[in-house]
Amino acid sequence: MTAALLGYKLGMTRYFTEDGKNIPVTVIEAGPCTVTQVKDQDNDGYEAVQIGFEEIKPRRSTMPVIGHDFKAGSVPLRHHRELRCESPSVDLGDTITVTCFDGIPFVDVLGVSKGKGFQGGMKRHNFSGLEASHGVKRRHRSPGSIGGHASNLGTGPKIKKGKRMAGRMGGENMTMRSLEVVSFDEKKNLLLVKGTVPGPNGALVFIREAVRLNKQKASAKKRAG
Amino acid sequence: MNRQETIESVTSDQLKSDDQYPVFSVGDTLDVHVRIIEGEKERVQVYQGVLIAQKGRGINRTITVRRIVANEGVERIFPLHSPRIAKIDVVRRGDARRSKLYFLRERVGKSRRLRDQRRGLKHVN
Repeated sequence: MTAALLGYKLGMTRYFTEDGKNIPVTVIEAGPCTVTQVKDQDNDGYEAVQIGFEEIKPRRSTMPVIGHDFKAGSVPLRHHRELRCESPSVDLGDTITVTCFDGIPFVDVLGVSKGKGFQGGMKRHNFSGLEASHGVKRRHRSPGSIGGHASNLGTGPKIKKGKRMAGRMGGENMTMRSLEVVSFDEKKNLLLVKGTVPGPNGALVFIREAVRLNKQKASAKKRAG
Repeated sequence: MNRQETIESVTSDQLKSDDQYPVFSVGDTLDVHVRIIEGEKERVQVYQGVLIAQKGRGINRTITVRRIVANEGVERIFPLHSPRIAKIDVVRRGDARRSKLYFLRERVGKSRRLRDQRRGLKHVN
């Protein structure tokens, strides 16, 4: 079974294990999702599965989407997302529910982080700022010197490209890797993962099986089966 | 069900029933029985102190208990719905006129004590 779902982040709470451990968990309303397209090597040049989430009224959708989802035998769906996978084990029109994470100890959660607006270097890039005293005036949170006017070639009229400065922060695609699956609720389509997930409450998130695990988590997965 | 209600429904089966603990309020002296797991063995340790703050709702409800150990103030925050808390006993009912007794942190010596709720008995704590 392909383990990937779209869902909404609901919020955070705490969860006590049987031995009394207190785990911070994020509650995600995950799925059910419909497989709206299965891409293969011959037609598309690569293998992937496209899933759709949340049914909407046709009049709120567009004709291309209605036609696309109709091929999968589904009403139009609000969100679609692709997951690359070799020789997928699902067919067009299949429904994926939260039970696909049964036996999967770790997942990746992808989403868009909260927008922070225009922020200075201290908040955006963890600069230290200048000193509070010793003659520093009105420059306590400034980034300091940004270097000479050197281009990427060596010398030039401009500051080096990519120089870290103040600017728009947040609202980026983020991936939280290898979050532990604490539990799931089949009836309510809820998934509980340990730790934080990008975005505000109510944000769309994409959940998939963890692609890469560190040593500790890899051995934990092995022990789990 | 809105978002908050859904989250609460997840944790509702972890909540302890209301009659699990006696009624206590800020200012009371409590005995908190904490389960401690050491390897295979489990034992219960009693932590006695003054309840100086209550926070949170539902599963997030916590109490802050302050006591003096070797002349040093110690505060422990217990999540009330944690399975590690076996029991809570009220030792004394103290008279407190505010909901957070953080001023006790600055108090030294006899002034650290709270008046007993049965007004006639002064400074029982």
